[in-house]
Amino acid sequence: MKLLEPGATLDGFVVDACIHSGGMAHIYSVHYAASATSGQRDPGFPMAMKVPRMANGDGAENIVGFEVEQQILRSLKGSHVPRFVAAGDLTRVPYLVMEYVQAKPLQHWLDERRETRQPLDPATIARLGEAVARGVHSLHQQNVVHHDLKPANVLIRDDGSAVLLDFGLSYHGHYPDLLAEELRKAIGSPTWMAPEQVVGVRGDPRSDIFAIGVMLYELATGELPFGDPQTDGGLRQRLWMDPPPPRRYRPDLPPWLQEVILRCLAPAAAARYPSAAHLAAELASPEQIRITERSARTKGTSWRVHFKRWIKALGMSYKPSPLPTTQIDEVPIVMVAVPFKDATDATHFSLRTAAQRSLGSRPGARLACVTVISPSETSGTEAAKSEASVHTRYLEMLRHWAQGIDTEKHQLSLHVLESGDVAEALIDYARGNHVNVIVIGAATHGLALQRIVHTVPMKVAMEAPSTVILVKAELPFSALAELRSA
Amino acid sequence: MIVRKPNRFCLVKLALLSDIHSNVQAFDACVDDANARGATQFALLGDFVGYGADPSAIVQRVMAMVEQGAWAIKGNHDDMACHVPAQTTVQSRGEMTAAWTHAQLSASELAFLDALPFTHQDGSLLLVHASADSPERWRYVYDSRGAGASLSAAVTISPDIRYVFGGHVHEQTLYYQGRGQDLLQFMPTPGVPIPVSSHRRWVATIGSVGQPRDGRAEAMYAMFDRDASALTFVRVPYDHSAAAAAIRAAGLPDFFADRLARGE
Repeated sequence: MKLLEPGATLDGFVVDACIHSGGMAHIYSVHYAASATSGQRDPGFPMAMKVPRMANGDGAENIVGFEVEQQILRSLKGSHVPRFVAAGDLTRVPYLVMEYVQAKPLQHWLDERRETRQPLDPATIARLGEAVARGVHSLHQQNVVHHDLKPANVLIRDDGSAVLLDFGLSYHGHYPDLLAEELRKAIGSPTWMAPEQVVGVRGDPRSDIFAIGVMLYELATGELPFGDPQTDGGLRQRLWMDPPPPRRYRPDLPPWLQEVILRCLAPAAAARYPSAAHLAAELASPEQIRITERSARTKGTSWRVHFKRWIKALGMSYKPSPLPTTQIDEVPIVMVAVPFKDATDATHFSLRTAAQRSLGSRPGARLACVTVISPSETSGTEAAKSEASVHTRYLEMLRHWAQGIDTEKHQLSLHVLESGDVAEALIDYARGNHVNVIVIGAATHGLALQRIVHTVPMKVAMEAPSTVILVKAELPFSALAELRSA
Repeated sequence: MIVRKPNRFCLVKLALLSDIHSNVQAFDACVDDANARGATQFALLGDFVGYGADPSAIVQRVMAMVEQGAWAIKGNHDDMACHVPAQTTVQSRGEMTAAWTHAQLSASELAFLDALPFTHQDGSLLLVHASADSPERWRYVYDSRGAGASLSAAVTISPDIRYVFGGHVHEQTLYYQGRGQDLLQFMPTPGVPIPVSSHRRWVATIGSVGQPRDGRAEAMYAMFDRDASALTFVRVPYDHSAAAAAIRAAGLPDFFADRLARGE
């Protein structure tokens, strides 16, 4: 379709301006035509119209990606995607109208880095990575895998949250995959494409984690981990090759960041983070990231190791993957609320048992141990009550509580929240961290007072975004002593 | 064959039910569910009888629905009940119940079944019990190849045909055109409205109301929202133990009763 001039109308939308001319489509800012018959009112946000570039005579079969995007964007909810407004009939006037999101593409940080020659500080990289991972997880929760994440398709709002664009190569677990064919070919952008995508696997959420890894790598070093391959052989390199460690380009990079980046870029999907929520959780508390040998590497992997993997990779081929939601459900984030006020040993024991049970026997689940303290416990003036020292003390208590939990199988993190409203703090944490199960004590959080006031467990149970397990404490251990003396 | 132009101004929610197999409990549950979902038109894709205990009750219901505008086509078991195969030493399971079914049906019910058409076309939609490739030969659409043959035959009937929906295989499967030549197979999740845009061609086997065979007991049917171009495969729980009890009470082999609970 030829370029639309400002003022032109299409299906009841008036073009304001062309805001982007890409290789595949033009993007216009639009508003509803004022018409008595259309009955369309202002949606309350600015709108953008995407119109695919098509040569005259192209049929609908040439714009499969556009059709995929129409279907998938329409199905998606939440703040991490532009809101869907309308779609044109593909055989008549193909277009897509969606929310025009005012935010900076991730590319902006890369450009800025190149221009100023100033490396990005690790905290900024972690913040950007966490935002992208949270956005991506919200897609996976809706059974969608993006499959084309790259700095041009990721926007960062002023509040720090991410918005993901361009679902033309995406996969919806509940819809027929219109991009599939019998001879499975690589579908994606070569620079960011995961190894399994190279052999034609579609629908594995961990492919998106690999793409996040490529973006983090570039944010950290200014280099691309696998370059921009132009041939099939070049593309297949990532099936067996580890990229040069980021610290080779940037020796001052903290080990935790290299650890995260290399884990995202592991050739085998199973060696990456099991879900984007896990990746986000790591980036949210870098000081608790479990460091391994790879975090300090500055030399690339030896040719011997690569040669062995290359031989193995020759046999690598397509395998179908289960639904995205099925995969991420197997690696839940369990949050346990650990109280220290008026809590007995028996309470702590029961909570630990319940938390362990919720983690299950399979590896991969993650446990976030959270305690909420009152703002009055810290003080800006007294050294002993400084925020840092109070938090350290509580972290130590949480560490004690968590002893005995299998940290080999399950990643563990500790968090001290400061709030006057315990329930709200717990709910906010659960919501912001994609928590799947909340484990909370019934008695210690005052369930017995339920008839009189809205107690913490009831409020959490009512408003939590996830399943809540209310743990009834065992008999206080002191009762055993009483029995003995009786 | 009856050809009707689609009505562009009326919201069409088409309920598709097939392979009812004399199972009144399952049929009533599906019809109720379809009505609750706002069905405006019913399409009954054959195999009304055979296997189950209530052939007459089902044919009476189908006749009443056709009277009210439902579309109905013939299945192989309907044909077999009208023209009972001569007794041979080796009988298929269907043939075992065909003679019994024949005896249960009145002359008018048999005449109704025998007069049913093999296909029904409504604009871009073609309904057929088995495959549009020689409908009277009851070919199975089990894979992409079978679906491709059915679609090719449908397109020769009319190039306008975009949707070929049938039953016969007792499983819910959608076949669609990917980027390659052949059709691709898709296993639907029950209850999810799947976009089936009208510029592509689709073949669906909508499953069996009265005798599911995918290991689950719930009855199967499908809803096609023509205005939204969305196809939903539906599963409906029903009282399968009552249906099984009726089969035993009728003196039919236990096998036909037992399989209902296991969905096989």
